[in-house]
Amino acid sequence: MTTVTKNKVTDLFLENAPSFGSFPSLREESKQIVNGKGLPAAKDEEYKFTSVSKKLEQVITDFSPAKPIAVSKDTIKDHLWAGFEGSYLVFNNGIFSEELSAFENSGFEVQMLSESNAIALGSIAKAEKDPFIALNTIYFEDGIQISIPRGKKVDSPILFLFFNQANEGQIISPRILIEVAENAEATFLEHSISLDEAVYFSNSVTEIKVGQNSHVHYSRLQNDGSKAIVVSNFETDIHRDATFTSTVVSLSGDLVRNNLSLRLQDSGCVGNMYGLYLLNGKTHVDNHTNVDHTKPHAESNELYKGILTDQSRGVFNGKIFVRQDAQKTNAFQQNNNILLSEDAIVNTKPQLEIWADDVKCSHGCTTGQLDEEALFYLQARGIDKMQAKGLLLYAFAGEVLEHINDESFRNYIDRLVQERLGSNF
Amino acid sequence: MSKDNQILEELTSKEYEHGWSVNLETDEAPVGLNEDIIRWISAKKEEPEWLLEWRLKAFRTWLTMTEPEWANVHYPKVDFQALKYYSAPKQTKKPKSLDEVDPELLQIYERLGINLNEQKRLQGIAVDAVLDSVSVGTTFKETLSKLGIIFCSFSEAVHEHPDLIKKYLGSVVPMTDNYYAALNSAVFSDGSFCYIPKGVRCPMELSTYFRINAANTGQFERTLIIADESSYVSYLEGCTAPQRDENQLHAAVVEIYAASHAEVKYSTVQNWYPGDKEGKGGIYNFVTKRGICAGDHSKISWTQVETGSAVTWKYPSCILKGDYSVGEFYSVAVTNNYQQADTGTKMIHIGKNTRSRIVSKGISAGKSQNSYRGQVQVMKRAANARNFSQCDSLLMGDRCGAHTFPYIDIQNPTAKVEHEATTSKIGEDQIFYCNQRGISTEDAVALIVNGYAKEVLNQLPMEFAVEAQKLLALTLEGSVG
Repeated sequence: MTTVTKNKVTDLFLENAPSFGSFPSLREESKQIVNGKGLPAAKDEEYKFTSVSKKLEQVITDFSPAKPIAVSKDTIKDHLWAGFEGSYLVFNNGIFSEELSAFENSGFEVQMLSESNAIALGSIAKAEKDPFIALNTIYFEDGIQISIPRGKKVDSPILFLFFNQANEGQIISPRILIEVAENAEATFLEHSISLDEAVYFSNSVTEIKVGQNSHVHYSRLQNDGSKAIVVSNFETDIHRDATFTSTVVSLSGDLVRNNLSLRLQDSGCVGNMYGLYLLNGKTHVDNHTNVDHTKPHAESNELYKGILTDQSRGVFNGKIFVRQDAQKTNAFQQNNNILLSEDAIVNTKPQLEIWADDVKCSHGCTTGQLDEEALFYLQARGIDKMQAKGLLLYAFAGEVLEHINDESFRNYIDRLVQERLGSNF
Repeated sequence: MSKDNQILEELTSKEYEHGWSVNLETDEAPVGLNEDIIRWISAKKEEPEWLLEWRLKAFRTWLTMTEPEWANVHYPKVDFQALKYYSAPKQTKKPKSLDEVDPELLQIYERLGINLNEQKRLQGIAVDAVLDSVSVGTTFKETLSKLGIIFCSFSEAVHEHPDLIKKYLGSVVPMTDNYYAALNSAVFSDGSFCYIPKGVRCPMELSTYFRINAANTGQFERTLIIADESSYVSYLEGCTAPQRDENQLHAAVVEIYAASHAEVKYSTVQNWYPGDKEGKGGIYNFVTKRGICAGDHSKISWTQVETGSAVTWKYPSCILKGDYSVGEFYSVAVTNNYQQADTGTKMIHIGKNTRSRIVSKGISAGKSQNSYRGQVQVMKRAANARNFSQCDSLLMGDRCGAHTFPYIDIQNPTAKVEHEATTSKIGEDQIFYCNQRGISTEDAVALIVNGYAKEVLNQLPMEFAVEAQKLLALTLEGSVG
């Protein structure tokens, strides 16, 4: 369906591609894909408003994979928010650092991908699906596999901390494989931090298998530096009676592209996707989500909200597929945007593709300003206009934030959002 | 379930009502497409030099273009060299009035329920009847001309009103707009032309009735409607074609120009032959329709009921250039058997305080695929633009598909844009409720479908609404038990 023309950036990546000993066939296959398809150009429907290739061509000067930087344990402590209790796994320029991490006796297993026999690697996030997945598969040095055993309820959250800095190469490629066995429960948090304001390209792949009757929450905070280019590929397979909830909060970056894909493999699955993007400056955030209903009696909910100001741009594309077998599907999708400035742009495309007749599917999207009447109501009650605005915007954003199940993370993000919206009074 | 299947069976075995054809002596262009054919068509129509040049330019551009593949439709490609691009019923001389028109031609329209002679007497609708490549007759010309309204076939307009044609032809849909528009620009044979002068409210519905009769031809008509300042016109379009095994191509272009305070209402009931129940034959309906609200406070409203065609590819659009201009799009698209429809609209908000409204109701049954594809674009200077879109899909049977591809691109913070869509089937509880009250399942389905499509059908002029309702009932009655 997609036609891509090879571009200069593709060649630069292939020329600078590292050669790692692990996973030879996967990497070779990925090289073929990148070489054959090329990285998506602006003509590509999937990357219509977000030309990552063009951006990379303009700003990236060093296409070599990034090496770890000096990060001290104190730096990590500084970036853990108040009230955080749980294990954390640190990625230093995309490479897992065991010594900086803390995850003892937490009830789950962590292995380096190269040391485990990660058979599932590349089977959930298939390289042929998106050239950026293939690119990550070529560029990641090593990643980790997390396994939650059957019936295990991991009480405290598992936090991924990404520390990124560009002075040791600019291509950062984190790779994570999570396998949650049957009847298990876990909460994952993710926080990406830029240690300087330099240009880097982070291209991550996270593959998750949610086993039968398991419940997984995954909340992400994207707070990269204003020059960072971020592509995240998030692929999940959700099995019978399992639930998976993803929440993404994007606050900064130069260009951020989130690909999120949920495959509801069996009956009784629930997939939830929530997103909030508060954009200013020239930040460009693109959320592409994809839910695939393959079997009957599954449900998906989606709510993405955006507040845009300055010259920022928000792109949303939500796809819902309901296959022929997936009768009795419930799928809901909503995208709301508020534009606060003359130069902000929103491109949204809520897409439904339905092949089954006994389904309830709906999608909606709105773009507009704050409700004048609500503003007036608050002003009439003695709240000044700025405060009233902040209050209304905070309430608008709150609908997404409430889905973050870890309280300390939610409070932390909540504060950042309040600061940004000027509603921290 | 077996009853469902039985009813579905009955439904799908229903014959296409307008599937007959008539043996007419025709004047045809040789098979194939090249510059000579275009010169041949142009010469046949005794066209001025500039129009031939225009056609040739379009043809040369077309040669460099590739067929669009982004639409959600799959069909064997058209062999453009195997078609005849011109087919006209033989007439010894140009008829001055309907009385001189070949009675056999008039009979065709009578069989379709359009009696041109009767239309002459009845007040109400002025019809331009287009058969294959040419217009065979236009009614009420004189009454209309008293008001200064020009309503005639396109070829006539080329000779009699060359200035208007020269000024507006291709102004809304440029010849290079897309693959099929370019093809149409190169080979278009006839169509309707309509001009409403300043301040005139057209007293009757203007109507074009398109009929494909000849085999192996494509129909490429071109309609141009110009509504001058503060005028109003309501325009209807209907179409049918004989039942044939091969796929026939219909690639039309409709252009509407609305000056300030003008209002144009364009309604279509599209009932081209949809192919048989195995999906064999049927019309490829690749149409470019676009209107421009050029002046302030102007309004263009598209209403369409799409029931026919094997493959439909059609996006009637509005360019809202004038301040306070309004664009509307109301659509019911029904697909059954192996039909595929990819239809929707584009609303481009350029002027300030522009408003648009989209109501699209898709109904898919059998093994058909029905897609809504629309775009709402608010440009930077379009302050206070307002759009509301609703696109609902109704699925009947578990072998069909409904797809929605709405693009919403906003560049102005004062814009208010809303889009909502739902997909559902007819609820068993709804049917049960009707059954309880003594309404048979068949009637209940018709009732519910009509209710579902009512928002759109209400927009149709009276005569069309009745036809459309009948069509809906015919296509869908009883497809869900």
